Amino acid sequence: MTAVVDIRNLDISFATDGDPVVAVRNVSLTVNKGEVLAIVGESGSGKSVTAKAILGLLPETATESGVVLLGENDIVQLSKKQLRAVRGVDVAMVFQEPSTSLNPVYTVGWQIAEGLRAHGNLSRKEARAKAIDILERVGIPDATHRVDYYPHQFSGGQKQRVVIAMALVLEPELIVADEPTTALDVTVQAEILDLLRRCRDEFGAAIVLITHNMGVVADLADRVAVMYNGEIVEQADVRTLFADPREPYTQKLLAAVPKLGTAVEATRARAASRPVHEGRPVVSANNLVIEYAGRLGRKGFRAVDGVTFDIHAGEVLGLVGESGSGKTTIGRAIAGLTKVSGGSLTVLGQEMLEVRERQFRKLRSDIGFVFQDPASSFNPLLTIAECVAEPLIVHGRAGDAASARKRVDELLEAVQLPHAFGDRYPHELSGGQRQRASLARSLALEPTLLIADEPTSALDVSVQARVLELFSELQKEFGFAALFISHDLAVVDLLADRIAVLYQGKLVEEGTGAEVLVAPKHPYTQRLLASLPVPDPIEQAERREALRAIRNEE
Amino acid sequence: MTTLTPSRTRTFLRGLPVIRQLRQSVGLQRGMLIVGLVLVGVFILTAIFAPLIAPYGFAQLRDVHGYFGAQDPPGPKHLLGTTVGGYDVLSRVIWGAQTALLAIIIAVVLSIFLGVTLGVVSGYIGGWLDRVLVVIADAVYAFPTLLLAIVAAIVISGGSSNLFGGVFASGISITAVFIPQYFRVIRAEAVRIKSEAFVESAKVVGTPVIRIMFRHVFRNATRSLPLIFTLNASESIFTLAALGFLGFGIEPSSAAEWGYDLNKSISDVTSGIWWTSIFPGTAIVLVVLGITLVGESLNDLSDPRLRTRRRAAGVTALAAVSVQGGGALDDEIANADELEGRA
Repeated sequence: MTAVVDIRNLDISFATDGDPVVAVRNVSLTVNKGEVLAIVGESGSGKSVTAKAILGLLPETATESGVVLLGENDIVQLSKKQLRAVRGVDVAMVFQEPSTSLNPVYTVGWQIAEGLRAHGNLSRKEARAKAIDILERVGIPDATHRVDYYPHQFSGGQKQRVVIAMALVLEPELIVADEPTTALDVTVQAEILDLLRRCRDEFGAAIVLITHNMGVVADLADRVAVMYNGEIVEQADVRTLFADPREPYTQKLLAAVPKLGTAVEATRARAASRPVHEGRPVVSANNLVIEYAGRLGRKGFRAVDGVTFDIHAGEVLGLVGESGSGKTTIGRAIAGLTKVSGGSLTVLGQEMLEVRERQFRKLRSDIGFVFQDPASSFNPLLTIAECVAEPLIVHGRAGDAASARKRVDELLEAVQLPHAFGDRYPHELSGGQRQRASLARSLALEPTLLIADEPTSALDVSVQARVLELFSELQKEFGFAALFISHDLAVVDLLADRIAVLYQGKLVEEGTGAEVLVAPKHPYTQRLLASLPVPDPIEQAERREALRAIRNEE
Repeated sequence: MTTLTPSRTRTFLRGLPVIRQLRQSVGLQRGMLIVGLVLVGVFILTAIFAPLIAPYGFAQLRDVHGYFGAQDPPGPKHLLGTTVGGYDVLSRVIWGAQTALLAIIIAVVLSIFLGVTLGVVSGYIGGWLDRVLVVIADAVYAFPTLLLAIVAAIVISGGSSNLFGGVFASGISITAVFIPQYFRVIRAEAVRIKSEAFVESAKVVGTPVIRIMFRHVFRNATRSLPLIFTLNASESIFTLAALGFLGFGIEPSSAAEWGYDLNKSISDVTSGIWWTSIFPGTAIVLVVLGITLVGESLNDLSDPRLRTRRRAAGVTALAAVSVQGGGALDDEIANADELEGRA
């Protein structure tokens, strides 16, 4: 086996306003021809920086030492001009966000041809012919026409296909894919993973796959390197790693990944212990319609279309769907952030259709909201204690932040944060800690209803596991009803008593975890489940076949 | 808990706009910032202590030995000579700093409050109010400053004026032009912050609109204020000087003003009398340069992409320094001693 890239003792550090930060420490890796090496790690583990070093794409503030041998060139030593000759021909990159890695003002054909013409003496016509050819090969239908389309005319998954086509067109030996499916929905992710597998099998390219998703690793990788704190903790064959992880960190990482179907027993126990719902539900949606107004002369966009569901007191409803399915819109409508356009939505006895803010304000103290992004959901100029005290002050339960401090301390304790954290500013906390504080803030008024909009999707797996655990403990303790919104079926399965699946604004299936996840009835739910990669290479290979069968049926 | 207080004040000091930037700057950017700060510092000190520094009053024509005499060259009695009107140039330049500082303060105070308040309200509330305000701001923006200043000067004091008339004329015209600038900058920030999750979270809690606007939006929107502030300051000095130069300035008997002195020295230039124009002119250039340098550097430093940083080369050396950083002043000294003791 010949090595395509050979990294030896790579060290990378970054200059910052404070002291230099060491991002990568003594990393040695090799990638062989036609092999997929996955680099796995949590945020800040140095996986992306390592990948960028292979292309010499590090920013000017970085200092690197060591050897990155790509064929015969040492990337660390190359000049800018030499690097340009290497990039594209020997190594290409696929970025995370397909909508920002394509230039919106040029056609995709032009952008593919640009790379071709930069590295060879192709005529305009030849380059175009090649662009059409490569677009066909990555599975863009009607490529002869669509080569002249602009990026916005493609869907997210298709854009990622175009980006992969750009990477493949010069037939590089190595493709570096930095979280290539993170921005995509599960069903699209499965298709892109298939395409990347074809890159290896048909084009013979080696792939360095950077990801935090263990399911993706199990699906695609041949070999895995686990990174932690800038160092490689473990390197092994994919089956060996999943079956028999040696390092404690790897074991912990694998254990933290939520798996489908493990929570069925727990859900049943919870359902049994809960009293039968009496009286009216906390939230009741009946044929709910939410539309966003269109521009002048255009029809509005119907984000939620005739959805009916109930949330009873003390119950957790999991709302699952892909991007654009309307799940966040429903959550925002319940919290009074988005107007209801039709049907009926009753929140805590208040009809939300045509509601006035004045009528709704007194109910707000009974609703808590946890936002997706812990980085932006706190006012950066207030301390955590002041932020948590805000709801108390607004609703007149405390005069100012100082007099609310006792209650704030209790709340911080409830979410397992030390009291001293109250004096810190939001940026001084990690993502997981901030999300705990966010929980504390939403629980400050002891709400009867909590809306959690993707509360863990910005967090690393190990942190996510702890936050989810905390969430279910708090739910047990405070007994609030909750709407838990997520795109991750496995996460919802862990927490929810009932699961509702949304697809293009419509509710396609609703039921307990056992009903929806084990025996899905609607074809969309079936496809969604089959697309979800499981963190087990052997099982995932079987599921892949099952998914192919479902797709062929359609 | 008691140890917390000094570190708090210390971090507060470090967090102050200019001091924080001074700490994080390196190389050429630091040089620019320091030169600017020194020039501005000298200017402000001169303005404050003008009565102590200046050898004579700004309107003084004679002392116990009799009249000064007109257009005397620089000499031991008059270090920078005297003007055509018989005033001491050095004294006029020093007293002029006071007038200039006053012009800056009035222009800034008048425009900053209105501009910022309108910006926050317009940006946060949006809708038709926002559209109307933006159109008005754009219209005002197109108005020439100097013309407005001349009109204001005439309205306030009939053309030739006393200290407050002149300063207010420049202040008002600057205000008219700068309110839209503050307005637009703050409004843009408010629009951005409005969609941040922490504002939505305040809404979910049921926070009243006024509280959201001032506790959450306003405090986060003021990042770029120091930058417009410096622009505003140098512009107001220019306008005051231009007013004086055009003859709408302050009478020499009510205050010293650089633009007026320049105007009176036009005829001197052709007859080889250089000291009456060079010194007030230099004063204007230096003050504007200093303020602009500060503004420019603050602008560069506030943008992480423009900010130059120390290279990460000497990792070990810097890492050792980091041990003592971040604590209270006392801790820092103790740590430093410890380090030396160990070494």
